[in-house]
Amino acid sequence: MLYGVSYGLLLCIISIGLVVTMGLMRVVNLAHGAFAAIGGYLAMGLLTPLGVPFGVAIAVAVLAVAAFSLAVERVLYVHLYGASELDQVLLTVGINFIVVAGLTLAFGPNVLPTRLPPSLATSVDLGFRSFETYRLIVLAVGVVVVAGLWLAFERTSVGAQLRAAVDNRSMAQAIGIDVPRLFSIAFMVGSALAALGGALGAPLLPLEPLYPFKYLVLVLVIVALSGFGNVKATVFVAMFVGIVDTAARYFLPDSGAFAIYVMLIVLIVWRPDGLFSRRSPT
Amino acid sequence: MNEPALEAKGLHKSFGALKVTDDVTLRLDAGSRTALIGPNGAGKTTLVGLLSGTTRPDGGCIALHGRDITRAALAFRVKQGLVRTFQVSSLFAKLTVLENIFLAVSENEGASGDLWRPAGRRRNLIGQAEGIMERLHLTNSRHRRVSEIPYGEQRLLEIALALALEPKVLLLDEPAAGIPTDEVGVLFDAVASLPPQIAILMIEHDMHVVRQFASEVYVLVHGRVLTVGPPAEVMASPEVRAVYLGTSGQSRFAGGAQGA
Amino acid sequence: MTTDGSPFLERHRLRPLEAAWWLMALAFFFAFPEYLAVATSVLVMALFALSLDLLLGFAGVVSLGHAVSFGIGAYVSALINLAGWHEALTGALVGGAASGLFALAIGPLILRLTGLPFIMVTLGIGAIIYEAANKAVWLTGGDNGLPGVTLDPLFGIFHWSVFGQTGYLYVLGWLLVLFYLCRRIVSSPFGMTLQGVRENPERMRLIGAPVLRHLVTGYAIASMIAGIAGALSAQTNAFVGLEVLSLNTSIDGLVMLVLGGVGRLYGGLIGAPVYMFVQHFAQQQWNPYYWMFLIGGLLIVIVRFSRGGLLGLLDDLLRRVRGGVP
Repeated sequence: MLYGVSYGLLLCIISIGLVVTMGLMRVVNLAHGAFAAIGGYLAMGLLTPLGVPFGVAIAVAVLAVAAFSLAVERVLYVHLYGASELDQVLLTVGINFIVVAGLTLAFGPNVLPTRLPPSLATSVDLGFRSFETYRLIVLAVGVVVVAGLWLAFERTSVGAQLRAAVDNRSMAQAIGIDVPRLFSIAFMVGSALAALGGALGAPLLPLEPLYPFKYLVLVLVIVALSGFGNVKATVFVAMFVGIVDTAARYFLPDSGAFAIYVMLIVLIVWRPDGLFSRRSPT
Repeated sequence: MNEPALEAKGLHKSFGALKVTDDVTLRLDAGSRTALIGPNGAGKTTLVGLLSGTTRPDGGCIALHGRDITRAALAFRVKQGLVRTFQVSSLFAKLTVLENIFLAVSENEGASGDLWRPAGRRRNLIGQAEGIMERLHLTNSRHRRVSEIPYGEQRLLEIALALALEPKVLLLDEPAAGIPTDEVGVLFDAVASLPPQIAILMIEHDMHVVRQFASEVYVLVHGRVLTVGPPAEVMASPEVRAVYLGTSGQSRFAGGAQGA
Repeated sequence: MTTDGSPFLERHRLRPLEAAWWLMALAFFFAFPEYLAVATSVLVMALFALSLDLLLGFAGVVSLGHAVSFGIGAYVSALINLAGWHEALTGALVGGAASGLFALAIGPLILRLTGLPFIMVTLGIGAIIYEAANKAVWLTGGDNGLPGVTLDPLFGIFHWSVFGQTGYLYVLGWLLVLFYLCRRIVSSPFGMTLQGVRENPERMRLIGAPVLRHLVTGYAIASMIAGIAGALSAQTNAFVGLEVLSLNTSIDGLVMLVLGGVGRLYGGLIGAPVYMFVQHFAQQQWNPYYWMFLIGGLLIVIVRFSRGGLLGLLDDLLRRVRGGVP
């Protein structure tokens, strides 16, 4: 159960950025996973072996990815706003290819072993089960991040602007919100979050060059089901997906892997705009 | 047994809290020429949308030749002879004028399922398309892409598509909108030359046109039918004038009455 | 009454430049006999890309799961072969039919969707089928695949040699026939209808067109052709592995098509050789992963600058050479 929750939170962190991107910028960003992978590799593959402390490595990786993503956004993604879905798919797949190739060249094609610092590689006995400390940490961080995001989204003015822009882009622009700048910020935050998820989750979700493609479907599932822009829903959906996937694999080892995909298809056909879409019918 | 070509009873439609269509009842007999007028925002286009099926009503029912079509799909209504045009042209931008009309003709003739014979060899379909093009004076632009022809011609093409479908009930949403005044004649000639047994409903703002074209006028205000009657009567009605008070409509009416 | 100048109504007319591709393909057979095995794979992928062109370029359906149609054709024809039916042509047809039926079954359900939800569903279906095939080891051989596909001599006369001569001409023959079929379809009234659906589905409905039915028909045909391509893959490789159902294959097909130019029928036929050449060459000469850089970069360049892919560039070039007169 805990596995499911921590898995879910991890997915949530990674997915939230994509939700905002897709909802706000209306861009099919299949390369979102690439940022997660880069974050993970930077932290685990580069910084930690160099002796950088665990937590610091993660923080640095996240910041690096944030900066990188800003550059990418300004150079490449700007042209995708309003482009056809096909173009978006192609461009982001192209980015994926390049990232995968780059990671393989830098780190080799195999799974990157990540070693937890001894202080964290312990178990905590909570009375009825003993859990790995790390999972609890992930849980804690996840909760803090999600709560922080929630607050930021709901309470700050940037958050309000973002919500307005997601609901109705042209109106938001008409009342003076600097939408392009908002995009850049949102994209940066989203990618940084993906990196956090990738780095933090490295011990749980192993890093390999094909990481962007591997978790692509799962992340897209979450985003699709939460309605492309509805951040609150993402939290629930991600948790749900994390739990269902873990449970299904645990209880039905043979058909577990399917459960998620079947659910996706059924739900999308039933409610194409996601489960919680607030969009009025047009 | 004189069932109307198109009949709507008690139509309702709201968008959120805004009631756009309020208990509208409308009747078009075969061969009728009806105009739908009203100030901007009265809900005329929405009403046409409800009748043609592009918008789903919240309440009420619609019957085409006595057959209930309230829940019927768009394509079904068209096949039954109910055709509409758009206020803002909706065409196939990358195809040429001839190809646009050909598409409509082909669909109407049931040829759209033909997988094998090249379209360019379907002489009868091409001939029909050319005939319609001539009636609307579009022949010169036949091979130009829709995205490249002037807006006025796009409006004419919109009508051409409607004609290609051999409608029994034709709903025209401001057909002359955007057409330069010297070309408007072509359009209304084409409309006038339509088979007399077709029922035509036209949304119009130009009262001259309304007087010439319509035998019956519906006045729509805030989604409700204010009054129905022959043009002269409607335009002389004090209620209707009150609605158009303060706008250029006053002079339009004045001009209409004097130009009788 | 002329149709000259009407791009669509003139579509069925053959252009002399087209012959060039087919002649080159034939010339290749004589010029490079040692590369025929690889070239046959290229032809198979070209056929796959052609089927995707029908779906994407003409019907406007953006699918990331087209490999499913390919894979179904491959596995079905391999299975009937292993069960004892060794005739090649019918084997391929059965594979195609299976894929076509699959499309007819799920098409009406998923083609109601468009845009992003649709892309997601195709991804989901691809993932499901892949996992299912992975698990059903008794049927698909799982990770090990299905080896041992053996074929009777073609038409009873041509034996299948190790050097792949029969194989190459066999696939080229299929490609020719199916290409001709596609050509007829896209220049027919149905083809025009598909284009209308792609451009303005709402308007199509207002012309009375049964949009869903048309889309399903287009999808079924594209699926069938992809299925035949899959069957050909199984036949010429004498083997079917899980790869045929993977997202990788779907993306490969898409990239090949876009590289060559979407919506031109020849796009896949140009893109496939180019893509596979780059892949092959880069893997041999440079580091095995450099080619991904190249392809990724190419994709970005194409999206940013050259919409019509390589054929689009060629068109532009020709237009400039002729002085801007079409």
